[in-house]
Amino acid sequence: MSVLWVGMILAAILCGVFTGRTEAVASAAVTGAADAVRLCISMAGLLCLWMGVMEVMDRSGLSGKLAKALRPILRRLFPAFAGDEAVMAAVSANLSANLLGLGNAATPLGLEASRLMARHTPGVASDGLCMFVVCNTASIQLLPTTIASLRAAAGSQTPFDILPATWLASALSVLAGVTAAKLFARFWRD
Amino acid sequence: MSLLFNMVMPGLLAVIALWGMAKKVDVYDAVIHGAANGLGVLARIVPPLIALLTAVAMLRASGFLELCARWAAPALRRFGIPPETAPLLLVRPISGSAALGVGADIMATYGPDSPIGRTAAIMMGSTETTFYTIAVYFGAANIKKTRYAIPAALCADCVGFLSAALAARLFFPA
Repeated sequence: MSVLWVGMILAAILCGVFTGRTEAVASAAVTGAADAVRLCISMAGLLCLWMGVMEVMDRSGLSGKLAKALRPILRRLFPAFAGDEAVMAAVSANLSANLLGLGNAATPLGLEASRLMARHTPGVASDGLCMFVVCNTASIQLLPTTIASLRAAAGSQTPFDILPATWLASALSVLAGVTAAKLFARFWRD
Repeated sequence: MSLLFNMVMPGLLAVIALWGMAKKVDVYDAVIHGAANGLGVLARIVPPLIALLTAVAMLRASGFLELCARWAAPALRRFGIPPETAPLLLVRPISGSAALGVGADIMATYGPDSPIGRTAAIMMGSTETTFYTIAVYFGAANIKKTRYAIPAALCADCVGFLSAALAARLFFPA
């Protein structure tokens, strides 16, 4: 992360010297930080409101219902762990929290699930664990509230109108990840 | 159609609230509590965003981002991806807050409701911080041999970017 940040700064300075825009770079270096704070303040309202709505979903047991509904699909996705109740509970709870956008709840559940999965194959990522990590690296959030808040902060009139398009793109990306993991599982030679 | 669309978010609010009441949840308390947690999330976003948005603003001012876009344009255009989103493609798998900074910059530069702004938003909504997630999950499970997890996850990211560009054109024809 440090390399990335320092690299960005150096690239900006070098490129600014090269294009003769050092003055613009200098003023950006001074105003960028204030822009970041302003951005966060204008995102805050919508983001907090929907975090509140998600809390209602969570307390009303929606996550639990969703986790139960996911079970049949997950048994197919993780055949090696279908009989392991502890793993299946953690995996389904993690993925349903991800779907609802409850990031704070999803991460500890996901870490628990990957620890439980790794018990059988210490140090090596089994097919099931690879599939689980791939599912977590493909965004499956139903309500991308952070991005909607970002759009609202930038002055969008309809910040949520990207939802159907986002669902389509997410679905295709998850499908690709799952297919790739299944194919790799069949052909991968260590 | 626009009436339907205008009612989606308020309707969703109402449905969730009523359902919560039916389930005997203290709805108001839950909203307040969740909103307070939202402030915690924001407090965690602000410091990295200050660092990263400064860097992104400098890159934008220096002309580096345009250079990036121009350099990547021939390849990206072939796949239907707007070249202006090239910086987002680069940082999205590595850092969530960097992606947020670059996304905010793209929306400020081209407008949140422009085709480029929408494509960037859909890209951010349909992909994840792949390398970070893999590092955290495998770190917790003490995994040394990651086998095919990274290539498979990157497959999902690439398809996510491609289909985000496709979906943007499909749902918002220019």
